Amino acid sequence: MYRIVSAIFLAENIKKIEIEAPRIAKKRKAGQFVIVRINQNGERIPLTIADSNPETGTITIIAQGAGKSTRELNRKEAGDSIADVVGPLGTPSHIENFGTAVSIGGGVGTAIAYPTAAALKEAGNYVITINGARSKDLVILEEEMKAVSDEAYITTDDGSYGFHGFVTQKLQELIDSGKKINFVLAIGPIPMMRAVAEVTRPHGIKTVVSLNPIMIDGTGMCGGCRVTVGGEVKFGCIDGPEFDAHQVDFKNLADRNRIYQHEEKEADDTFAHQCNLTGQA
Amino acid sequence: MDARTITAKERMAIPRQEMPAQDPQVRIGNFNEVNLGLTPEQAQQEALRCIQCKDPVCIAGCPVSIKIDQFIKLIAEGDFMGAVRKIKEDNVLPSICGRVCPQEDQCEKVCVIGKKHKPVAIGNLERFVGDYERMSGQKIDPVIPAPTGKKVAVVGSGPAGLSCANDLAQYGHKVVVFEALHELGGVLMYGIPEFRLPKEIVREELEGLRRMGIEFRTDVVVGRTITVDELMEEEGFDAVFIGVGAGLPWFMGIPGENLVGVLAANEFLTRVNLMKAYDFPKSSDTPVFDCKGKNVAVFGGGNTAMDAVRTAKRLGAEHAYIVYRRSEKEMPAREEEIHNALQEGVEFLLLTIPLEFIGDEKAWLTGVKCQKMELGEPDDSGRRRPVAVPGSEYVLPIDMAIISIGNGSNPLIRQTTPDIEVSKKETIVVDVNTMQTSKENVYAGGDIVTGGATVILAMGAGRTAAAAINEKLAGTAKNFNEW
Ligand SMILES: Cc1cc2nc3c(=O)[nH]c(=O)nc-3n(C[C@H](O)[C@H](O)[C@H](O)COP(=O)(O)OP(=O)(O)OC[C@H]3O[C@@H](n4cnc5c(N)ncnc54)[C@H](O)[C@@H]3O)c2cc1C
Ligand SMILES: Cc1cc2nc3c(=O)[nH]c(=O)nc-3n(C[C@H](O)[C@H](O)[C@H](O)COP(=O)(O)OP(=O)(O)OC[C@H]3O[C@@H](n4cnc5c(N)ncnc54)[C@H](O)[C@@H]3O)c2cc1C
Ligand code: SF4
Ligand code: SF4
Ligand code: FES
Ligand SMILES: [Mg+2]
Repeated sequence: MYRIVSAIFLAENIKKIEIEAPRIAKKRKAGQFVIVRINQNGERIPLTIADSNPETGTITIIAQGAGKSTRELNRKEAGDSIADVVGPLGTPSHIENFGTAVSIGGGVGTAIAYPTAAALKEAGNYVITINGARSKDLVILEEEMKAVSDEAYITTDDGSYGFHGFVTQKLQELIDSGKKINFVLAIGPIPMMRAVAEVTRPHGIKTVVSLNPIMIDGTGMCGGCRVTVGGEVKFGCIDGPEFDAHQVDFKNLADRNRIYQHEEKEADDTFAHQCNLTGQA
Repeated sequence: MDARTITAKERMAIPRQEMPAQDPQVRIGNFNEVNLGLTPEQAQQEALRCIQCKDPVCIAGCPVSIKIDQFIKLIAEGDFMGAVRKIKEDNVLPSICGRVCPQEDQCEKVCVIGKKHKPVAIGNLERFVGDYERMSGQKIDPVIPAPTGKKVAVVGSGPAGLSCANDLAQYGHKVVVFEALHELGGVLMYGIPEFRLPKEIVREELEGLRRMGIEFRTDVVVGRTITVDELMEEEGFDAVFIGVGAGLPWFMGIPGENLVGVLAANEFLTRVNLMKAYDFPKSSDTPVFDCKGKNVAVFGGGNTAMDAVRTAKRLGAEHAYIVYRRSEKEMPAREEEIHNALQEGVEFLLLTIPLEFIGDEKAWLTGVKCQKMELGEPDDSGRRRPVAVPGSEYVLPIDMAIISIGNGSNPLIRQTTPDIEVSKKETIVVDVNTMQTSKENVYAGGDIVTGGATVILAMGAGRTAAAAINEKLAGTAKNFNEW
C-alpha cells in the first residue's frame, strides 16, 4: 500500500495528491509517469509525475476526474492509501537548450507539461508558457508555471481570465509577432495537440506532444498503448509518451481511445449511483 | 489390483484413465477449470499401466528429468506423499506443470507403452500428486539450511524466476523477487486462463515460497524503478537472475490493424485474467470488449491463440474463430487444448491468412479480408510452406480481432544494462550450462533467453541458474532429497 501524504483540490474536479513512493521519487525524470491502482478491484491508470521530493520520498500526481477510477482517486484524502503505484514509466522528456521553448498545457495537460517546462528552464531555455483552460476557475498551477517561465500566458475559452481564446491563437500570435521559437511542447486534449501541430508545421518548429493512449501494464507487454507515429507502430508506454507532433496520427489515437467508451460510462454511472446511496458524492 | 502381484497381461488390459472434465456446453458458460482431476483410484489404476522400464526413456523426454518411473511406482503403491517428495526433487510446481506441460510432445511422446497403446498419462499423474499435496493439508516444506549471508535478486516472477528463487532459498541464500506487475506469477497469472490453471493454485505455490523466507516486491520495474547495476551496487545483491519473459507482442503489419477492435492476445488475456474483466463492472473496474453475440477472430495457432479464442467464447461470442495459415497438424498449441477448443464450438479457419482489416466510418472493425492457402514445399523448419490460392479472397464479418502471432523481447533491461549481450532477435545470450550472461554475476533464463517457449523449460532454466549462482557464491551443493 502507498500512503497519501496530502491531497488538495486545485480546481473543481482536479486534485493534487502527494504519495509516498521513495524508489520512484529518487528515480523519476521529467516526462515520466506512474501507473496507479486504487484498490484490489481497481484498474491500472497512468498519471504523470508532476513533481517529486527524493528527500521525503514522495511524488506528486495531479488527476482530473474523467471517469470512475480518477473520480474515486480524487475522493482520497491525506492518510488514506492506494494499492499500487508503479514507475517511473516511459522515456523521459528529451531536454536540451533549444533556445526559445514554448510549453503549452490545456486543462489538466498543464500538470503534465509542468515538470518538462521546469526542466527546459533548468537547461537554460527561454521558456514561454501558455496555459489554457475553459474558464478562470479551471486554471491550475498558475504560480508554479510563472516560476519556471520567462513569459507566462493564461488563455480561457470564455475570456473570464487572461487571453480570450484558444492556446493555438496565442501561439499563432507569438509566431506572427516575429518571435523566433525553436521548440514547442504541447500537452492537452487530442484536438488541442493536433491543432498545435498544424500551427507549427508550416514554420518547421520542432514540436513534441505527450500522448495518452489506453494502457494496462506500462511495460511493453500488452500492446494496448500502441500509436501510429510516422506510419510506424510505437508503444506509448516505452517508446513514448512523448512523440514528434508532426508525425503522430491523432485521428487513430482519438478513435482507439474510444474503444471502451460504453463500458467506461457504465462504470462511472454505477459509481455515481453508489456514491449517491452512501451520500458521499 | 495390487502393484506387487499384477501380471503384465493385466497391466496391458488397463485402459488409459480418462480425465474427468466439465461438459463442453456447461463450461463455455463459466471460467471454472475444465479438467476435474483423476480420482485416487484412477490415479492408481493409471500408475499400474507403467511397466517400470529398466531404462525409463520417459525421463529423457522431460526437460527437468523428473524421476517419472519412481514417482509413478509410489502412486501405484498408494504412497501419494512419497510421490510428492520424489517429484519435488526435480520440479517444485507439479500442480502447475501437470496441467500446462505439453506432455504429448515430451515425456509421454517417448513412453514405451505409447508404441502399442496410449502412453502412460504422466502429466495427469503429476497433476494428481501435486493436487493431492495441496488438498491433503499436509504441505511439505523443504528444509532450509542456515543462511549463507549471500543475497540474490530475482527479476520477474514467472516460472523461471520462481523456480530459481526456490532453489536459491534451499541453498540458504537470501532471495528477493522483483516483479513489475501488482501480481506475482508471470504468464501463469496474466496469460493462462483460470479454466486451464486456477489462479488459486498459483497463489498457494507462492505461499509456499513465502514460507521459505523468499521476499516478494511487486510494482518494481527493473530498468525503470531500479537498474540491474543499482541492485548490485546500491542494494548489495551478490547476483541477479533475470527472468522477465518475452513481452512486446508482434503485430502483422497489414492494413487496418489499428482499427478499433483489433488487439493483441496479451491485452485481451491480461484484461480478463489479471484484471478480472469478466467481473466488470461489479467487482472489477477494468473493461473488456463486450463479446456477447459478436464474432471474434483470433489469428494464430499457439497456446495463446487457443486461450484467447476460448476466453472469447466464454465471454459470449456468437462465432469464435481461429484463423491459421497452416493446417491443424502444424499448430503449435497443445493437442488437448485444440481438442477442447473444438469441443467448445470454436470454428477453425485453417490454411487462411488475413490480408486486410476493414472498418466502418467510425474506424470500428467490421470484417477481415482473408485468402485461402494451400501447402507447398517444405521450408527450412521442415514444415510445408503455405502458398496463396489466387482468387480465393473473401470477407469474414468480425467485431473483434485478436492478434496472437508471438512476442518479441522486452527492451527495458537491454536498454538500461548495455553490457548484457543480446542476440539478433534481442533475446539475452547465456552460457547454457550455467545461464550466465556476458555480465559478471548476472544470469538469465526463460522466455527472455529462448523466446516464447514453455513453463517447464523456463523452470528448468531457473534451476540451472540457481545451481550455477550457488556454486559461484557459496561453492556448495545442496542435496535436494531433503524434502
Ligand atoms: C502517459 C499518460 C499520462 C497521463 N497523465 C495524466 C495526468 O497527469 N492527469 C490526469 O488527470 N490524467 C492523465 N492521463 C489520463 C488518465 O490516465 C485517464 O484520464 C484515466 O485513465 C481515465 O480513467 P477513468 O476510469 O477515470 O475514466 P474512464 O471513463 O475509464 O476513461 C476516460 C477516458 O480516459 C482514457 N482512459 C481510460 N482508461 C485508461 C487507461 N487505463 N489508460 C489510459 N487512458 C485511459 C480513455 O480515453 C477514456 O475514454 C494520462 C494518460 C497517459 C496515457
Ligand atoms: C496465453 C499463454 C498460454 C501459454 N500456455 C502454455 C502452456 O499451456 N504450456 C506451457 O508450457 N507454456 C505455455 N505458455 C508459455 C509459458 O507461459 C512461458 O513460456 C513461460 O511463462 C515463460 O516463463 P518466464 O518465467 O520466462 O516468463 P513469464 O512467465 O513471462 O514471467 C515474466 C515476469 O517478469 C515480469 N517482468 C517483465 N519485465 C520486468 C521488469 N523489467 N522488471 C520486473 N519484472 C518484469 C513480468 O511482469 C512477468 O511477471 C503460454 C504462454 C501464454 C502467453
Ligand atoms: S514436467 Fe512435463 S515433461 Fe516433465 S514429467 Fe511432468 S509433464 Fe512430463
Ligand atoms: S517409459 Fe512409460 S512405461 Fe516406461 S517407465 Fe516411463 S512411464 Fe513407465
Ligand atoms: S501499456 Fe501495455 S504495452 Fe504499453
Ligand atoms: Mg476507467
